[in-house]
Formats: sequence, structure tokens, C-alpha cells
Amino acid sequence: MAGFGTSVGRPIYGRGPSPGLRFTVYALLSLTLMYLDQRARWSERLRYSLQAAAYPVQVAVNSPAAAWHYLTDSFSTRNTLRTQNLQLHSQVQALQLDLLRQRALEQENAQLRELHRTLPPLVRKWQVAEVIGVESGTLRQRLIINKGASDGVHVNQPVVDGSGVMGQVAHVGPWSSEVILVTDPEHAIPVQVTRTGLRTIAVGSGNADELLLTYLAANSDVKSGDELTSSGLGGIFPAGYPVGRITGVRREANQLLAQVRAEPRAGINRAREVMLIEFDAANPAAPPAPLARSSADKP
Amino acid sequence: MSSRENLLVILFTSIVALVLSIVPLPEWLQVMRPAFLVLAVLYWSTMAPFVAGMALGFCGGLALDVFQGSLLGEHALVLSFLTYLALRLNLLMRAKPIFEQSLYVLVALIGYESLLWVIDGWTGRSLSSPLRWVHALTGALIWPVVVGVLGRFHSYR
Repeated sequence: MAGFGTSVGRPIYGRGPSPGLRFTVYALLSLTLMYLDQRARWSERLRYSLQAAAYPVQVAVNSPAAAWHYLTDSFSTRNTLRTQNLQLHSQVQALQLDLLRQRALEQENAQLRELHRTLPPLVRKWQVAEVIGVESGTLRQRLIINKGASDGVHVNQPVVDGSGVMGQVAHVGPWSSEVILVTDPEHAIPVQVTRTGLRTIAVGSGNADELLLTYLAANSDVKSGDELTSSGLGGIFPAGYPVGRITGVRREANQLLAQVRAEPRAGINRAREVMLIEFDAANPAAPPAPLARSSADKP
Repeated sequence: MSSRENLLVILFTSIVALVLSIVPLPEWLQVMRPAFLVLAVLYWSTMAPFVAGMALGFCGGLALDVFQGSLLGEHALVLSFLTYLALRLNLLMRAKPIFEQSLYVLVALIGYESLLWVIDGWTGRSLSSPLRWVHALTGALIWPVVVGVLGRFHSYR
């Protein structure tokens, strides 16, 4: 090397700024980032580009699992495919019957609301996204999906699977997004007990098969087996989507609140594909536009 | 070995450690997963303090923040602090036998997790579960292996 002839790797004490000074610089940088992320939320743009940089790594990390699924799919026997096909056929028929009934109900609903015209469809647009990353710790329950801003995904967009509500989009990158699941301890979803109409909030437990209903009074009318649907409050999830089923209610004499547990309807840790939905605001069942970003179910 | 090669080796092993830190695992394994990136950063900042400086700690921490979706700068701050300590104490650390080093690593990892815990608490992030401390123990246990593996990548000890 030219110049002073010392390579960068040569340990010589006292080269460059002192460790203390460098640490101060990095600490200030981190603190600024933390402040911006926590308070000002200016760093959403920065996070966006960082998420773009992270996307290839996420895909690479997921590739063994994806390859395994691809292999098992492509080597599945004719027989399994046939049985699967038959199952799907019968499922489609059942669903079509349900759909007919639902159309009739929708029309009836529109008449009851004296709208005298068919309602616009509730779901304006939906798209399927593949799960490319899973985080299921006790502190964080998230999914990374392979659809991002370039596919029209936006923050707070509801995410469902075939059987129920999964969560909502927390961060959007250009080609990927992070979904916060209903079971994440930082997530809360406004729900309604279908049997009684009781409204409350279901909070994530950090456990992929459990939701907690922490705000129910000890004398509230809930019991094991009650179905929970989204109540439509909070402005993010539409009303009436299945969320979970109550699995256990514990009441203690010295506690004001009941301890209620529920299991989520959606296959939180089984889903390989999820659906992102966008609602037509003209439909009365659609969630109202959120007043501010600080609603109950903010990520 | 030239510093350039060293830098490449350090970057490569750190990226591998990052991948190990974020690859999805079943839940019971996830709890025990050592913080591979933190271990790698600790190793390189004690063994090659003038190649892998605080920049590595900061960038590695930032990568963890992005992949784990934590508060941006949280892991970066804590990891640059760890590298700072490692840079100050690297001669002391290098002179110790490996099992004593494991003890230091245990202390470092507990400190790391405590700082994260404090920041999480201050910023009102998530509830903490006692399981978040388990990785400090497994990290200290796996330290000799880390030294064995990463030691193959450079000639001087």
C-alpha cells in the first residue's frame, strides 16, 4: 500500500478517533434514529428503503422451506392429487351454494336499509400474498409477505385467510410487507361476541393459538365456545369477520375482570398464503375511515 | 492475511450469522436460539478490533432492527455499546482461557438483553416474557464453538 505504508488492519493504538468518541457518534446516531422512529415517525421512508434492501435476504432465508414445499408439491402422487381435486370440487359446490344464499341476504339487507339498489360489493379488491417469513416468538408474532407498495399494499390493510382474520399490515416495503398478527402482544382487535352482541377487545397473547379478552368484567355474559367476530369499530377491520372462539373463562371472587381466552379462527401458524383485502367505503359494512392513526388497533 | 481479506471474511461470517439469527425456527428452538450476530460481532471486535470496529456493531444492529422490526436504532445502539466495551477490553478478553471467556460473554449477553429490555420498557414496546433471557445462556454455552469456527477464518490468535 502506498502512502504511509501501514495497512488498515495493522493494530496500532491511537489510530483515528478514540473509541469513546466513535462510540459517542454511533450512540447519538442510534438515539436520533430511535427518536425519529418512536416520536416523529419520519423514519417510515427510511424503513421502506431498508425493507427493500432486506427483501433478497428474506427470500433467500425462506428458500429452503419454499424449495421443500415445491418438491413435495411436484412429487405428490396422482392419487393424492385426485382426492384433493375431488375435495376441492365438493368444497367449491358448497361454497357456491353459500354464495347464492349470501347474494340473497345481501339483497334483502339492501332492501331493509331502504337503499333500493344493490349494494356495492364489500370487498373492492383482494390479492393473495405468499408468506416468505415468519416470526413467532413470545414478544413478536409477525409475518413477512411478498407483496408490497408496488402491489398497492398499504399500512393497516386487513389480512385474512380462508377461515378468519389474521392481522393487519404494519410496515410496507416496495416488494414485501410486514404483517402484525392478531396474536402479537402489541395487537388489539375490536370484537363482538356473536351470541350476545357484547363488544370488547381481543389482545394478542404472544402465543400463536391464543387471544386474550382482558377487558371483560367478571359478571359479563361469556362462556366457552362463544364465537367472536370483528365488531367493525376502530376503522380497520370490517364488521362480522370471524376472529376466534372462546376456549376458557375464569372468574375469581377477588378479581373485577374475568380472564377469558380465545383461540384465533385463522390458521395463524399454518398459513402459507394470506389474503389482503381492500374495502369499498360505499358499502355500509365496510370499516369507516379511521379518524386518526391512533385508533385502538394501531400496530 | 491482509486487512482486505480480513474484512471480507468478517463481512461474510457476519452475514451468515445474521441469516442464522433470522431464519424461521420452531418456537421451542426459537427461544433457545443464541444471538449469532451478537456473538460474531463480539468475536470479531475482540479478535480483529481494528478491522471490525464499531461500524460493524452499528450496521449489524441496524440490520437486526430492520429484520426484527424493533425500534430503529435500538439494537444498533446496544450493539455499538457492546463493541465499544469489546474494543476497550479486547486484550484482557483475549488472554483469558476459553471458558472464562464464556463467562464474560454471558455477562455481555445479559447486559445486551437488559439494555434492550430497558429501551423496550421506555418506549412502551412489548410485554416481556422471562424466556427472552434464555438466549444469553445458550449464547455463552455456544461461545467455544463460535471461537472454534470463526478461528479457522484467520491465522493469528
